[in-house]
Amino acid sequence: MLEIGDLCVALAGRQVLHSISLTAQQGQITAIVGPNGSGKTTLLRAMTGDAPFHGHARLNGLDVAQAKLWQLATIRAVLAQATQLAFPFTVTEVVRLGLQSSEVDAQTDLPARALAMVGLASYGNRAFQDLSGGEQQRAHLARVLLQVWQPVGPNGPRWLFLDEPVSSLDIGHQLMVMGIARRFADAGGGVVAVMHDLNLTAMFADQMALLHNGRLAAMGSPHQVMTDGTLSTAYGCPVRVNAAPDHGPWLVPQAMPA
Amino acid sequence: MVMLAETTDIQDRSIRAARVTQGLALALAVAGLASIGSGATGVSLFDMLDGLSAREALILWDIRLPRLAMGALVGAALAVSGALMQGLFRNPLADPGIVGVGAGAGLGAVLAIVLGGLLPATLGAWIGPQLVPFAAFLGGWAATIALYRLASRGGSVSVATMLLAGIALGALAGAVTGVLVYMADDRQLRDLTFWGMGSLAGASWAKIAASLPLIVPVLALSPLLARGLNALALGEAQARHIGIDTERLKRITILGVAASAGASVAIAGGIGFIGIVVPHLLRLATGPDHRFLLPNAALLGASLLVLADIFARTLLAPAELPIGIVTALVGAPVFLWILLQRRGIGGL
Repeated sequence: MLEIGDLCVALAGRQVLHSISLTAQQGQITAIVGPNGSGKTTLLRAMTGDAPFHGHARLNGLDVAQAKLWQLATIRAVLAQATQLAFPFTVTEVVRLGLQSSEVDAQTDLPARALAMVGLASYGNRAFQDLSGGEQQRAHLARVLLQVWQPVGPNGPRWLFLDEPVSSLDIGHQLMVMGIARRFADAGGGVVAVMHDLNLTAMFADQMALLHNGRLAAMGSPHQVMTDGTLSTAYGCPVRVNAAPDHGPWLVPQAMPA
Repeated sequence: MVMLAETTDIQDRSIRAARVTQGLALALAVAGLASIGSGATGVSLFDMLDGLSAREALILWDIRLPRLAMGALVGAALAVSGALMQGLFRNPLADPGIVGVGAGAGLGAVLAIVLGGLLPATLGAWIGPQLVPFAAFLGGWAATIALYRLASRGGSVSVATMLLAGIALGALAGAVTGVLVYMADDRQLRDLTFWGMGSLAGASWAKIAASLPLIVPVLALSPLLARGLNALALGEAQARHIGIDTERLKRITILGVAASAGASVAIAGGIGFIGIVVPHLLRLATGPDHRFLLPNAALLGASLLVLADIFARTLLAPAELPIGIVTALVGAPVFLWILLQRRGIGGL
């Protein structure tokens, strides 16, 4: 279980998050949504130990602020928003970095299986820097999956923290990646994802935390949180849930055949 | 078929790295024999094979072997310090000689030579021949830390800032060095002149012994940093997510850069571009994985500097070309070539 209590974050003297309390359960996908600048990524960075915070954050009972980096690395993996890779590694070499030292095995086929899982089966020997943005994002996801390959480990459930995992993906690959998160949770792991796409959130999330100006505006299932009033207030524009447009082509991922 | 070819290709990169290690060890042995067999006196390897005369023994033990050992040691140290620094700065253009670390180490060495006499006699006798290498290490350490602080922000390094800050640090260290040289007396000036030539001409067992405690630990222990430096290539936050203590990794890497670059500057002066050419060639051949890069860089750096030294002392024999000129003639164009390639991909 991930427990966040009274969590406050100040960046450069400005209070970015105000007293956030929430829990996320293993076996579920917990989405963090909200408008730009509402503090979604900062909340995720606090949960992963990247941003200093007041309050408490415990993952499987482990204090995130006090835990050793290697301890955290064995129970959770993080897909951050991408940075530029410094040297010309191949895709497989990047994915292999996700292998924890305790289970490094030169003969393992896990990197190849992780790449196949994200739809990059034949990309292993390509130069990582030659991949498109969306392909790089999926290759990083393969690396992250490799780090927590078994959704449940000897010390309890493992966790995936995903910062906008589908931001540069086409709709087909969006569904693929959310499906991977779904299966990870169904197998007993926990998933926390910062999401921009409300349709995908409604479709895949079990719980969603809606942030607004650094405060938790609503928390609950998509059914509970995604109401016209709640969303309209948070996003500052009129939002209508489950309303079809009068004209023009439109599509939502929910309507696509599985 | 294509996929089969590709999967074998990937395994080749680590197998190829192991083969390259063997090849480089052989190359170093050959270069070493060639180095022993060449010199201003004209005594060749074959002359030595049929038993050593007293003169040949003197040439071998007091001139050629220390020169070979120092060349190999300095070459390995420069190449490894370059590879470590590039891993730390996440950039293939970082080189201790170019970004002011060499100048900082030089300042430390000159400080030790000029002001070393002011040390209490007991302390001076205790530190003795280690003083100059150790001072160079401290100077290089201070310069590396200053450079990293100046060039990094939130874990990412700006290349332009790194190069410009390196120029400024180098100029500052050079200016202070100039003041010290101006203050030096005649005997110190002679020491400084010998030291500052950037050559292996002053090779001696004493110098080798003085630098060994700084260089050998770096060469032996740097492979332990390989996994961390590989992860750091993803970005600092990403490395932490994998479980790498990046603060500790950076502290140790900076110490390693300063120790190896500082010690080599202390005994051989400024020899440029080995630290940039060697890792670059190896990345082209076997990829950027530091597990292979660091040991192979030591071997290739040692071989190249021994070879460059053979050129330096035979090309204009009996006169001798400073080896720094030879390495710069080869290395500077390679540096520009890397720069142009990176300009193409917007890496600056």
